[in-house]
Amino acid sequence: MAITLTWLSLIVLIPLAALVIKPWELGLDGVWRTLTDDRVVAAFRLSFGAAAIAAAADAVLGLIVAWAIVRYSFPGRRLLDALVDLPFALPTAVAGIALTAIYAPNGPLGALFAQVGIKTAYSPLGVVLALTFIGLPFVVRAVQPVLEEVDREVEEAARTLGATDYQRIVRVVLPAILPAILGGVGLAFARAVGEYGSVIFIAGNLPMVSEIAPLLIIIKLEQFDYAGAAAVGLGMLVISFVALLALNLVQTWLTRRSRG
Amino acid sequence: MTLIVDSVAKAFGRFPALGGVSLEAREGEFLALLGPSGSGKTTLLRILAGLETPDTGAVSFNGEDLLRLSARERRIGMVFQHYALFRHMTVAKNIAFGLSVRPRATRPSKDQVAARVADLLRLVQLEELGDRYPAQLSGGQRQRVALARALAIEPRMLLLDEPFGALDAKVRRELRRWLRKVHDETGVTTIFVTHDQEEALDLADRVAILKDGALVQIGAPQAVYDAPADAFVFDFLGGAVRLPGRVEGGRLTLGDWTSKAPTDAPLGDVQVFFRQDQASLRGPDGEGFNALVTGLVQRGPAVRIDLEGLGQSIELLLPPGEVPDQAAPGRILRVAPKAVTLFGGR
Repeated sequence: MAITLTWLSLIVLIPLAALVIKPWELGLDGVWRTLTDDRVVAAFRLSFGAAAIAAAADAVLGLIVAWAIVRYSFPGRRLLDALVDLPFALPTAVAGIALTAIYAPNGPLGALFAQVGIKTAYSPLGVVLALTFIGLPFVVRAVQPVLEEVDREVEEAARTLGATDYQRIVRVVLPAILPAILGGVGLAFARAVGEYGSVIFIAGNLPMVSEIAPLLIIIKLEQFDYAGAAAVGLGMLVISFVALLALNLVQTWLTRRSRG
Repeated sequence: MTLIVDSVAKAFGRFPALGGVSLEAREGEFLALLGPSGSGKTTLLRILAGLETPDTGAVSFNGEDLLRLSARERRIGMVFQHYALFRHMTVAKNIAFGLSVRPRATRPSKDQVAARVADLLRLVQLEELGDRYPAQLSGGQRQRVALARALAIEPRMLLLDEPFGALDAKVRRELRRWLRKVHDETGVTTIFVTHDQEEALDLADRVAILKDGALVQIGAPQAVYDAPADAFVFDFLGGAVRLPGRVEGGRLTLGDWTSKAPTDAPLGDVQVFFRQDQASLRGPDGEGFNALVTGLVQRGPAVRIDLEGLGQSIELLLPPGEVPDQAAPGRILRVAPKAVTLFGGR
């Protein structure tokens, strides 16, 4: 217990404490002014909004990928299984540059979208795309083992009781893996909020439009506004903490229900 | 006949699970499918439920071709060995599941469903536990919930796949009696898979014995026990002693002892079967073949006597009154089977 606390303090709590203490050099008023600055508010809205949308998209995409890997056998299944981890392994900057190249107006996919008048790279949509990309493995890897554990007999029981395929999946399988989906979504969201490398290339970084909060912190640091940077960081910390806590509570409640 | 299974065969890859099984079940009958693992009994049950499709053969119920219906359309209740309850639903929701997935037109109202669930909870003696989750119940209680859930759809047939296999011996015996009672109350045709011969003989109206994907014998428990069709059935029904013997000129030879052979006995080398309690044990000058006593254990109402004789170990179960005083480890006694059944071959 003592050892755990010491390590936790050294590695997590002390740096966080520094982050919590630093902004107050500006005074309560100064922190408030920093956080309510239009540019900061816009960046927060983009960072958390895009992260939430990306995490939600990952929930659907990740479930589909995990389902395909677990439930179907097809040529290339193992390859797909291995590919899932690629966003983990790839340096985020590489991912960002690759995504930008593809979604830029002159890139293969970007050109397609541009034809129908949708701007992908250098817009909030580009931010969502990048965050979805880096968050996907979290959901797949959280759902996959739990889906493998779902008892086939439970599904067979549902069939003998008269459930259609849709009813079986929605009422029996999904509730069983919902805690895992939420866990994966929480991780994807947390990662997306703090993501810097892959977003920075595709975002375009237009203040008020496609500028993410972590970039704003870097900008403030470059201007030697350490307290202001810490204030933005603290704001992100509080919002993330509340969001993750809420997700965790739901997850715990769901799990406890079925474990007794 | 209610259920007719006609030459049903099924192979998984190159492994033949069922090789042309035919049997029938009467309306309201309690039929046990008994066999060792790999005998195909569970495969047959899953074919009846619609969870497997046979390669060849026909299955009909009251004249209706069951194979044309999917598992979902068959209205056949199934109870699994490991309960297969929906863990995220309460007991009441589990039981109501089969009613709640019906199309809107035939779905009973909320009140009707609640009333039906209450009836079933009473039937399985879990009135107080409707709001619990499966994880909060014992194994025996979970299996009763699974049974109530299967009965909720008013099934035309109830299938149970080793339902008590995961429970301890005491609970298993209690549930066995209770299941028979529920069957007698509901009157639904029930097919029960087990590898426990005692369970099958104790519960069923008739027992069908399977081996290697084929039906070996079917009949009332007592009839099957008294007249096993072959050596496998005799052995499998339990409590059997099997010895090598020889029949010549109307005499049966067992080691150094000969006696009158049964009139319809096969000739030449035979397998001699008798039940563990169907033998008499006498002193060295009595009737029977020689056997060395190696162990003596009082086991409940009977004494278990371990012997070495005819080159193998023999286990007898006799009432204490029939065990002679000389019986002690290290002594040589004589064993005379009372009622033997002979099968040809070695």
